[in-house]
Amino acid sequence: MGALAVPEIRLEGLTLAYDRHPAVHHLSGSFVPGSLTAVVGPNGAGKSTLLKALAGLIKPAEGRVTLSSLQQRDIAYLPQQADVDGSVPLSVLEVVALGHWRRMGLFGGLRGDDIEAASGALSAVGLAGFETRAIGTLSAGQFQRALFARMMLQNAKVILLDEPFTAIDARTTADLLDLVRRWHDEKRTVVTVLHDYDQVRRNFPETLLLARELVAWGPTEDTLSAGNLLKARAMAESWRDDALVCRRPAA
Amino acid sequence: MSLAGLLLDPFLDYAFMRRALVACLALSLGSAPVGVFLVLRRMSLLGDALSHAILPGAAVGFVFGGLSLWPMSLGGFVAAVVVALLSGWVARTTRLREDASFAGFYLIALALGVLLISTHGSPVDLMHVLFGSVLAVDNDSLLLVAAVASFTTLALALIWRPLVVECVDPGFLKAVGGHGGATHMLFMALVVVNLVAGFQALGTLMAVGLMMLPAAAARFWASSIEGMALVGVLLAMLASVVGLLFSFHFQLASGPSIVLVAGLVYVASLLAGPRESVLRRYFPGQHLEA
Repeated sequence: MGALAVPEIRLEGLTLAYDRHPAVHHLSGSFVPGSLTAVVGPNGAGKSTLLKALAGLIKPAEGRVTLSSLQQRDIAYLPQQADVDGSVPLSVLEVVALGHWRRMGLFGGLRGDDIEAASGALSAVGLAGFETRAIGTLSAGQFQRALFARMMLQNAKVILLDEPFTAIDARTTADLLDLVRRWHDEKRTVVTVLHDYDQVRRNFPETLLLARELVAWGPTEDTLSAGNLLKARAMAESWRDDALVCRRPAA
Repeated sequence: MSLAGLLLDPFLDYAFMRRALVACLALSLGSAPVGVFLVLRRMSLLGDALSHAILPGAAVGFVFGGLSLWPMSLGGFVAAVVVALLSGWVARTTRLREDASFAGFYLIALALGVLLISTHGSPVDLMHVLFGSVLAVDNDSLLLVAAVASFTTLALALIWRPLVVECVDPGFLKAVGGHGGATHMLFMALVVVNLVAGFQALGTLMAVGLMMLPAAAARFWASSIEGMALVGVLLAMLASVVGLLFSFHFQLASGPSIVLVAGLVYVASLLAGPRESVLRRYFPGQHLEA
């Protein structure tokens, strides 16, 4: 495990709700240290909600996420379609260098080697020479590459990606998947929400299949069985306006 | 009269003109950068809403202290902060978005303010509160304006990074625990104190003009946030000087003169500024090789 010893992330009877309706319902299990997990499931299955809870952005309605010795700042989170405002006049380097936040915080300055590291990260995602470009001039694919470069600098033990390859071209997807695999080789814990089952089968050893409730969680081949997928689809369609108060005991 | 005389004599000969000038330059220094962030965060109309929110507080100050600086400023500050906090709280806890909740509270505040002043004072007083009287800036007002400009400059330096990140990627700021909430609060307070400082010299309604017009104009000149702030300050100062001279030579009300000059600068910038202006859009020039 080496220098990047990552503790386990445990979910204990985790329920996440919007206006009392559960988006994630009594979910238990754990993300093994250094695991590379895909989170899949039908629309409205609570995948993004789960990631937000892992990132500490929403509070459980019931149950909990136990990070053991991990702190919030050990977790890097890339939301679905990051709400980045491209009209703000900032350069690509300035945005990527924010990945140093953990070290520089609110007031710390950027050192020479921070800027070098940011340039290095840009090269690693195939954006060498883009340092002074305005962020608003990047294409969707280039922009996602820049956000991955920022993630590299964050050097986080746990990396959460919410549908990082939606509306991204095949070439960029392949490059960024390489980067995800590299993070896995470096023993970081990576959790990624995805839609493309083939992509998951090819690249992600572990899969969590969610349909608000846990359908299956384990090795990808077992999780993505035809039976499980069918079950997930059936379970996803039971959101009801007149749902009763849940009486299931907390875990 | 020589050109130099036209430009300099009013300030050399009249103390009230010098005081007005200093007040407006200091206001420009504080307000324009605040306006730049309002523009970048697409909250340009918020300044307008808050300027109305000052009114009932200033009115309460007026009822108790008459047309004097400190009670009206303090009252205005409290009222605007209350509106800002209430609106923010409603937006966070209910389904109403921030713009709608602001509209709700500032309209209540405005009606309350106008009612208070009209029952306790004359229409002249109301005009004074709404549109200020830059030519009656006394030493106390100068002190207030200078203090606000200094505080704003220091505070912006302090919260610059989180403020910029909040503009460009609020989700990231939240994820790294970058104190987005505290930053937002302090920033709102900056908007309010600058409007309060401007309200004595320019009036509650005109103070927004010096905040927003140069900031919006700066968008067409600068390609970085620092650049926008700098250009905004310079344009606001230019509008202040030119507006004061206009009002002096043509016997016009000073607040509207300054804001109209700022408006001219804004229209000229959006027509012919070097960056993504109307001119650039219709006459982009031959495209480049790469």
